[in-house]
Amino acid sequence: MSNVPTELKYTRSHEWLRTNDDGTVTVGITDHAQEQLGDMVYVEVPEVGQEVVANDACAVVESVKAASDVYAPVGGEVVEINESLADNPDAVNRDAFGDGWIMKLQLGDAGQLDALLDAAEYDAFVASEA
Amino acid sequence: MPFIPHTRDDVQAMLDTIGVSGIEELFDEIPDRLRISGLDGVPEALGEQGVGRLMMTRSEQDGRPLCFIGAGAYDHHIPAAVWEIATRGEFYSAYTPYQAEASQGTLQLIYEFQTMMARLMAMDVSNASLYDGASALAEAVLMAIRANRKSKSRKVLMPVTVHPNYRKTTDTIVQNQSIEIVEIPYDPSGGHTTLDSLAAHAGSDIAAVVIPQPNFFGVLEDVDEITDWAHQQGALVIAVVNPVAMALLKPPGEWGENGADIVCGEGQPLGVPLSSGGPYFGFMCTTSKLVRQMPGRIVGATVDRDDRRGYALTLQAREQHIRRSKATSNICTNQGLMVTAATIHMAIVGPEGLRQAALQSHANTNRLVQALTANEHVDKVFDRPCFHEAVLRFNLNLNMKGILRPLHAHNLLPGYELGTDYSELDNALLVCATEARSDEDIDLYAGHLNRIIERQTTAGCPVQPKM
Repeated sequence: MSNVPTELKYTRSHEWLRTNDDGTVTVGITDHAQEQLGDMVYVEVPEVGQEVVANDACAVVESVKAASDVYAPVGGEVVEINESLADNPDAVNRDAFGDGWIMKLQLGDAGQLDALLDAAEYDAFVASEA
Repeated sequence: MPFIPHTRDDVQAMLDTIGVSGIEELFDEIPDRLRISGLDGVPEALGEQGVGRLMMTRSEQDGRPLCFIGAGAYDHHIPAAVWEIATRGEFYSAYTPYQAEASQGTLQLIYEFQTMMARLMAMDVSNASLYDGASALAEAVLMAIRANRKSKSRKVLMPVTVHPNYRKTTDTIVQNQSIEIVEIPYDPSGGHTTLDSLAAHAGSDIAAVVIPQPNFFGVLEDVDEITDWAHQQGALVIAVVNPVAMALLKPPGEWGENGADIVCGEGQPLGVPLSSGGPYFGFMCTTSKLVRQMPGRIVGATVDRDDRRGYALTLQAREQHIRRSKATSNICTNQGLMVTAATIHMAIVGPEGLRQAALQSHANTNRLVQALTANEHVDKVFDRPCFHEAVLRFNLNLNMKGILRPLHAHNLLPGYELGTDYSELDNALLVCATEARSDEDIDLYAGHLNRIIERQTTAGCPVQPKM
């Protein structure tokens, strides 16, 4: 079983979401996703201030094997991006749930979170895909 | 002879394996209404001898005229060694090989080409080339729209001093992608794009501004001012430049405060003969920041497992075979053979040789303009500095044909008629004299022109050209 922190929410397209105290949410790709993609060479992040809709492709992770879109788990305004990924894309490989975060969104309607998976559901989903 | 290696038995075995009765059945899903039975306007097939004769007849029609036309393609001197080397068997292929890394020599050459172009343009990176200057501009516009994520508009400012064919090609390629191309008029006395004409668009959301240098009239644009203005508007700057001119002028990477963002143009002046209009090649350079949005292939240097230098296609995650529908490069081919010649050409003439060619072309064109405008009926139209082309107007009540036809009869290409693309420039001719034109050539042109004009003005009747 791979690393799936229980305090996070997940999507079927392998993003994770952490709700922060200030009403923002942090988004990244899961450890399982980075493992499948392999060594990251580039992460294309959105612009701060950009409005995204849930399921919008809003970032791209590029590994030595493939380039994949990252979809917004929920809608909202991009309030912060992980600028250190420009020089250290491998943070996504080393620490997908920590240093490898991609963006922070200002969460509009908190009800959007209900549609996401919890850790157990995501774990089961990954197992079913294998 | 069909160049297909499969025997009838091979084909039958394959059809049997997949369970279809004939090759035609493989195309069943294409509806009848989308099929055509023949190609209109395509003549009957000719044998090899017939084709040979036809091509010979046609090529003889070209003749060997003395060329004073530039207008996007330039008759520069090409050292004999260039095509001697480019046509060696090891190089002589139009394509990057499919298993590119197996052809280290080809990749090394493209790598050198990229290095030379990036240095000439003072940009971070170059691609391995595109089809031609016109399609390179269209690709640059598409790239700018992708890359400028701060701009929500899909508006591009395009001075009409950009080559008319480049503008037409760009329109054709981008018109169905809801991109708005806004034409910017030129200053009638200078023949250049002014900040005043751009000012109407200040404060509006602009994705990119195109800046030609020199422009189609040969006139130098205020590249620093326009670059800074565009950047203040949040627009990207697309430079369309003549590569030979860049040996002399300030390269796009150094324009204004921050330099151009994308540079493109026609590579023909770098060792490719006029050759009735093609094949030529387009080039494109950009900044490291935008490299992932750049179309075309890029060769990178790397090391193999024994730490020896090798070359590989790089940044392929931009390309369609990996990125699929989200690709930022849908062009996975280049003008390999033309680039080979250009690289050898640049290597042989070197930076100083290129500078000399540019200087002499500039001097020759000045001499030509002086010689032709010595005639009271001929004037230079624009008062701004030019590179190696200039616009002349014939102050005669007769139409241009009466002057041009007899010059053609003297086996001379006197210039490009601008009235076709710019109605206000009727009776105007775009002339060019590269370093390949001698003083005698220029005197010959001036001599013929003076005689023709004199006959027209003194006789007071249209000249009947002797053919």
